[in-house]
Amino acid sequence: MRKVYVVGGGAIRIGEHWTFSLRDLMVHAAEKAIEDAGIDKKDVEAIYVGNMSSGPLQGQEHLGPLLATWLGVPGVAGYKVEAACASGGAALHNAFLAVASGLYSCVLALGVEKMSDALTADLTSALIMADDQEYVAFTGTSFVGLNALVYRAYMERFRVRQEDIALFAVHDHKYAVNNPYAQFRREISVDDVLSSPLVADPIRLFECAPIGDGAAALILCSEEFTNRLKTDVLIELAGSAVATDIFSINNRDDLLNLKATRIASERALKMANVDIKDVDVLEVHDAFTILGVLHLEDLGLAKKGEGWKLVKEGEIEVGGKIPTNTMGGLKARGHPVGATGMYQALEILTQLRGEAGKNQVEDAEVGLAQNVGGLGGTVTINVFRRVR
Amino acid sequence: MGLTARSVPRVWRERRIKYGLIGGKCPDCNRTFYPYRKNCPYCGSDNAHEVELPRKGKVISYTVIRSPPSDFSHYAPYPVALVELDDGTRVIAQLTDVNLNDIRVGMEVEAVFRKYREQGEDGIIEYGIKFRPILQA
Repeated sequence: MRKVYVVGGGAIRIGEHWTFSLRDLMVHAAEKAIEDAGIDKKDVEAIYVGNMSSGPLQGQEHLGPLLATWLGVPGVAGYKVEAACASGGAALHNAFLAVASGLYSCVLALGVEKMSDALTADLTSALIMADDQEYVAFTGTSFVGLNALVYRAYMERFRVRQEDIALFAVHDHKYAVNNPYAQFRREISVDDVLSSPLVADPIRLFECAPIGDGAAALILCSEEFTNRLKTDVLIELAGSAVATDIFSINNRDDLLNLKATRIASERALKMANVDIKDVDVLEVHDAFTILGVLHLEDLGLAKKGEGWKLVKEGEIEVGGKIPTNTMGGLKARGHPVGATGMYQALEILTQLRGEAGKNQVEDAEVGLAQNVGGLGGTVTINVFRRVR
Repeated sequence: MGLTARSVPRVWRERRIKYGLIGGKCPDCNRTFYPYRKNCPYCGSDNAHEVELPRKGKVISYTVIRSPPSDFSHYAPYPVALVELDDGTRVIAQLTDVNLNDIRVGMEVEAVFRKYREQGEDGIIEYGIKFRPILQA
C-alpha cells in the first residue's frame, strides 16, 4: 500500500447561500482546493463526492459527472459516495484507497450538502432516511428523536444533568468565533442552550447542529506526486478506516455504546501506528451535544458515563489534554451533512499546518477526525500526521 | 406529502411482520430481535426463525417529537419510545392514549393496533403497533 498525502484544501463558509446552487458549492470548493494545492485541475484523475441528500432535496443525483463537467474536467473517474452524515468521511476514505492502491496519483475528495433549498419538515424527512425506513422512520420519529432516546437513557443511567451535557455546544461556539468557515461565529452560554425551544425532548434547539449549505474539498496524492509540489509542510493521511454497527438502536446490546467508533478508530490508529493518546487535535461528530460526550467515551478518552467531565474540566480546550473541535465542531462550524467529514479533515489539515490562528494547538503533529453516519451505523476515522 | 415514494405493495408486504409484531429468534446464539430476518445480526447465523413477540413491556427511553417529518406534520407533538418487551426484545414505536406529561421511564405498556400515517389525500392509510400504558387495577 502506498503512502497518501493531503496537499491542499478549500471550502466555502457554511451558511444559507441563496445565490449558490449545489453545483456552485461543489465547483467553488474544488477550485479553492486545487489552487491551495498548487496543481492544475487537469492533474486530477478521480473525483469522490460525499453527499447524503441531493436526491430528495434537489432532485439531483449522479454528482460525479455533474462536478467533472462544471469544473471542466470531463473524462475523469468520478462518483458520489453516500453514508448518511458520514458521506464526507467515506468519500475521503474512497480517495485514500484510490491513491494507496497505486491506481491514481492525484485525486479530489469533496463533500457537499445544499440544505437551505428545503423546508424544515422535508429536511427532517430526508435526514431520517439514515435509519430503517420500514421499521423506524415509519414510527414518525425524527433523527433528533432517536438521539433524544439515547440522551434520556444516558442521563437516567449515569445520573448526569442536562446542563453538563449541554456544555458541548458552548465549547463549540467559543472556537467557531475564530473560524472563517464557521456558520455561527459567536459565543453562547449554557443558559442560552437550556432556554432554547425543545425539538425532541430532552434535546433543545441549541444542542443540535444547524441547517446550512456547504462544500469542502481536499487534494490527495502519492509521494511521487508531492515531489512536483513546492511545500514546506507535508501532511500524510496515515490511517483511514470505516466500520458499521447494527442498524437501529433497538437491536444494539447497549444504545449508549456506539461500537463502530471503537472498531474504526482501532483500525485507523493501527494503520497510522499511533495511539489515541498521541492525538494532538481531535474532531468529533457532535451533531447533538450528547453525541460529543459519547464519542469521547467510545474513542477511549473517558470511561462510560464520564465523557462530559472532560468538557467541564477543560480537557478538550486548546491547551487541555485532548483539544477537540477546535474550529467549532458540528454545532457552531455547522453541519452541511455530506460535507461535514471534509470540513473536519480540512480543520485538522489547518491545525497540522500551523495555520489555525488564535485556535492553534501548539506543535500539533497528529490529528484524528471522526465522522458518523446515522446514529453510529457508520463511523469513519481518518488519522493525519505532519511528516515535515 | 413526504419525500418517499407512494406505494401500496410496500406497505402490504410488511403487514404480517409489522401488524403481528413478529421478531426473529436465533437458535444458535438464542437472541431475539425485531423485525424478523433470517440472518441473525448478532452471531451471523442464517437459521433465525419467526417468533411472535410478547405484547407487553416497559418504556426504556422516550421523546416527544415537536419538529416532525413532513408526513407527520398534522400529528405533532407525539411521543416515540424505546420499549423493552417482556422477553427483552426492544422496539421503537409511538406511545398512545397517554398524556405527554405522564410518560415515565419504566412505565408498563401494552401493544395496540393504530393508524400511523396517510399517503396523501388519495393514498393508502398505514397502520402499525403503538404502545399504551397498562391500566392499573
